[in-house]
Amino acid sequence: MGSRFLWNVTRNVLTCGLIGLTISDRYAGIAPVRGLSMVPTFNSGHSTSERSFKDDRVLVTKFCLEKYKFTEGDIVVYRSPNDYKEKQIKRIIALEGDWINVPNSFETLKIPRGHCWVEGDNPTNSVDSRSFGPIPLALIEGKVTHIIWPPQRVGKVEKILPEGRLISY
Amino acid sequence: MNILQLPWRTIAKEAFDRTLPFVNAFCCLHFANKYICSSALAFGPSMIPTISLTGDLVLVDKISTRFGQIKNGDIVLVRSPANPRKIITKRVAGMEGDKVTFLEDPNDKNSSKTVKIQEGHIWVQGDNIYSSTDSRTFGAVPYGLLCGRVFFRVYPFDSFGSLSSRSQV
Repeated sequence: MGSRFLWNVTRNVLTCGLIGLTISDRYAGIAPVRGLSMVPTFNSGHSTSERSFKDDRVLVTKFCLEKYKFTEGDIVVYRSPNDYKEKQIKRIIALEGDWINVPNSFETLKIPRGHCWVEGDNPTNSVDSRSFGPIPLALIEGKVTHIIWPPQRVGKVEKILPEGRLISY
Repeated sequence: MNILQLPWRTIAKEAFDRTLPFVNAFCCLHFANKYICSSALAFGPSMIPTISLTGDLVLVDKISTRFGQIKNGDIVLVRSPANPRKIITKRVAGMEGDKVTFLEDPNDKNSSKTVKIQEGHIWVQGDNIYSSTDSRTFGAVPYGLLCGRVFFRVYPFDSFGSLSSRSQV
């Protein structure tokens, strides 16, 4: 009797885990935001860089991966180009074919085909395209659409573009 | 008979019980495909003579990319940095920190160039250097773009068997 019960519990846990994993891989998942690179959009409530339960949780949707269609101002989750195990959350500033003013220098740069330029909302505390250059769109794993934790800031994520960065002809 | 008098509870339970096996099978398939092993149709001129022009059905191992087990000489699937919707088959010719020497123009023996691969990147090249778009044109690719390691050929049946990795091309 006991072993049968245990077997049932294991089977249910496995099934639920499998379904959850499939949904989070294919459709939408929840990710914690660590660090201060996206202040004030995320993690603005507290000021530590340690992981804690106060970290914001965001909803990451994967539907955009079918066509890899993004617009400037989207917040995306991508694998770091320097370390494939690390995922980062940043905002897309420019897409392929755009010209961008590289900060802290007088260069302008054309984003190559299939690449994008990502930056954190907090320029003083963010490792992003300013240090490693444009990243391939193929590294992107999903788009952040909503904040779901903490409860007082639940809501949609706004698309904001910093002024004067893109050069239009 | 009133529509409200139908045994909705039983119907819902029945429907749930009937669909659960299909959902389960789909999730198992997704898990196997994404985390263990999947198949791919590789074609095109860039990997001649290893992979034929018309198309080979190959098995792809998803475990070694996840755990960083890719070595020099392995055949890998890579998401193209120039077009995220395209997956290309290439051979690894250098890992991070290696120095790679290649011919910029394959017909000109004197056009050799040496580059050092930056952190977290790999160098991929086709076996057919005369007709391949690879790291020689778009540079080293981030490790995060790897989708899997090709290890077995299923079709055509006369060349059925494992695709061994080879050292330097």
